[in-house]
Amino acid sequence: MIQYYRDEVRTDYLHKNGRVFLIVLFGVVIYASFCNLFIPDNSIFYVSTYTITLLGKYLCFALLALSVDVVWGYCGILSLGHGAFFALGGYTMGMYLMRQIGERGVYGHPVLPDFMVFLNWKELPWFWYGFDSFGFAMLMTLVVPSALAFVFGWLAFRSRVTGVYLSIITQALTYALMLAFFRNEMGFGGNNGLTDFKDILGFDLQSDRTRVALFCLSAIALTLAYLLSQLILQSRYGRVVVAIRDVEPRTRSIGFKTENYKVSLFVYSAALAAIAGALYVPQVGIINPGEFSPLNSIEIVVWVSVGGRATLYGAVVGAILVNYAKTKFTAEFPDEWLYALGLLFVGTTIFLPKGLMGFFDAKQWRNQIRG
Amino acid sequence: MTIFNFPKIEHVRRAVPPFRSARNNSESAVDVSHNVILYVESLSVSFDGFKALDDLNLYINNGELRCLIGANGAGKTTLMDVITGKTHPDRGHIYFGQTIDLLGKTETEIAQLGIGRKFQKPTVFENQTVFSNLELAMRGDKGILHALFSKLNSTDLDWIKEVTEIIGLDSKENLLAGALSHGQKQWLEIGMLLIADPRLMLIDEPVAGMTASETERTAELLISLAGDRTVVVVEHDMDFVRSIARTVTVLHQGSVIAEGSMSDIQNNPAVVEVYLGEEQ
Repeated sequence: MIQYYRDEVRTDYLHKNGRVFLIVLFGVVIYASFCNLFIPDNSIFYVSTYTITLLGKYLCFALLALSVDVVWGYCGILSLGHGAFFALGGYTMGMYLMRQIGERGVYGHPVLPDFMVFLNWKELPWFWYGFDSFGFAMLMTLVVPSALAFVFGWLAFRSRVTGVYLSIITQALTYALMLAFFRNEMGFGGNNGLTDFKDILGFDLQSDRTRVALFCLSAIALTLAYLLSQLILQSRYGRVVVAIRDVEPRTRSIGFKTENYKVSLFVYSAALAAIAGALYVPQVGIINPGEFSPLNSIEIVVWVSVGGRATLYGAVVGAILVNYAKTKFTAEFPDEWLYALGLLFVGTTIFLPKGLMGFFDAKQWRNQIRG
Repeated sequence: MTIFNFPKIEHVRRAVPPFRSARNNSESAVDVSHNVILYVESLSVSFDGFKALDDLNLYINNGELRCLIGANGAGKTTLMDVITGKTHPDRGHIYFGQTIDLLGKTETEIAQLGIGRKFQKPTVFENQTVFSNLELAMRGDKGILHALFSKLNSTDLDWIKEVTEIIGLDSKENLLAGALSHGQKQWLEIGMLLIADPRLMLIDEPVAGMTASETERTAELLISLAGDRTVVVVEHDMDFVRSIARTVTVLHQGSVIAEGSMSDIQNNPAVVEVYLGEEQ
């Protein structure tokens, strides 16, 4: 009975958990930013710029996990290719940052990035036009991955490709993009990708202030995405999406064009992943085709399942915890991380099928009954 | 658990006027000038050589309550699948009214034309409340933007309330549908059909798993629905069919072998042979 009656009261404490999560997030962000900028680096309260960048990276991953939870947790679309949208978002930002280098490159060419000079290219390929403008680059960050998600989703969902088959073609998608971006002729820096960035909107990427600003922007983007997703999923649209997840044929039979709902949600999710990618690249300072690797996309799914599906904050918590564990673990045992990740995935699937947040939710509910 | 609340049939009659006024244009476009709402002509469907439907002809009059009976494998459910666009036939025609060709339309389009269906096995959205189930099934715009921005207005809320009363779930609207008993799920499905306000209702085995008194209530409900709407019921339970039927159609091996009143059917030699075999 417990699980059946749960949702009756669910909405109020769901909001509570969401609020707690937002307050903690902002607390940490403000504290870390303050301690980095205003406390001398010999104090024990000083937070190093390295830590700031690391936290900023986690927040980007959290946004990426959120985007996967939106489609997987709520609509049952297990995408194993979301890394592709993240990487595409990263590349659009990388292209802008490349153009900002200008004459400061190794070869000192006023227009062409170093790798193009190296390849003896004489002029900028047409698809690099406009990327010297920040506004245009940000527009492309949204447009390019969304367009890809639209075409892909439209083809897949109209043909009613679901389940494992869909997961496999999403893997194929990201793998194909990885192979394409590895080629020098593609014009995206091939193997080495895009790197050696100097500044963003005139601010030096190496300075503490820029780092902190990017970190705060990541937190703001994550919060906005969280709130917007919550709004979307609590509307009737969200209930239709959950209905599609549970019994798609029935949803169709009561008159919903399920493929339209799936495509639109997939595009929304891809756009969130792309924003995460665009915020990630200036913080880590590089984007290369490795980001398209199928393994990356699978890792995202592990984050979400560890945190707990269909709660939104579960995905965020999962992404942060697993990545923190990864940072610690790879420092000690660099080669064993994949085994640990595998064990973690198997472990949560067996012992915590609803993830960490599902476990705490159930506990909270039990306490609520007793109290 | 409390004992199942029986639906209050008197509510159905009250609920009819708002239902009708809510009908949109696409539905009023159904041309029933010849008093026939559904034409099924020389319909054939085969699965791997097995003929599920074989040159089947069926005409349903506007506003009637029709029962389809037949042994397992006679093609009753397949016929419903074809009408609702779930299965594509090899040959034949299906017209909704005089003008609307249903073949080539998708399930969604057919649903939006005003053909509703209750499945054999009750299929409700178990992770959502009774209220949400009804809200989702409610007649209206099913587009993305509408779903994102619309709020239920007071007419909609009254409507949902009315239907929960009809189906006897008015005290359970915040309960997850997964927590309902089998009989209650059947009723919820009927409620989802009511709130979609279809012109033509296809109801597959409505009383499976219901108690005798629940069955009786279902019969009353279906009888009260016919007239404004057209109701086609597939059922195995002969007593139930006898209690509701005006016209009965008997299917056998994918074709219609008899049609008429219950007493005609019972005395029809072909039906007797099919049902009773060598006993003759």
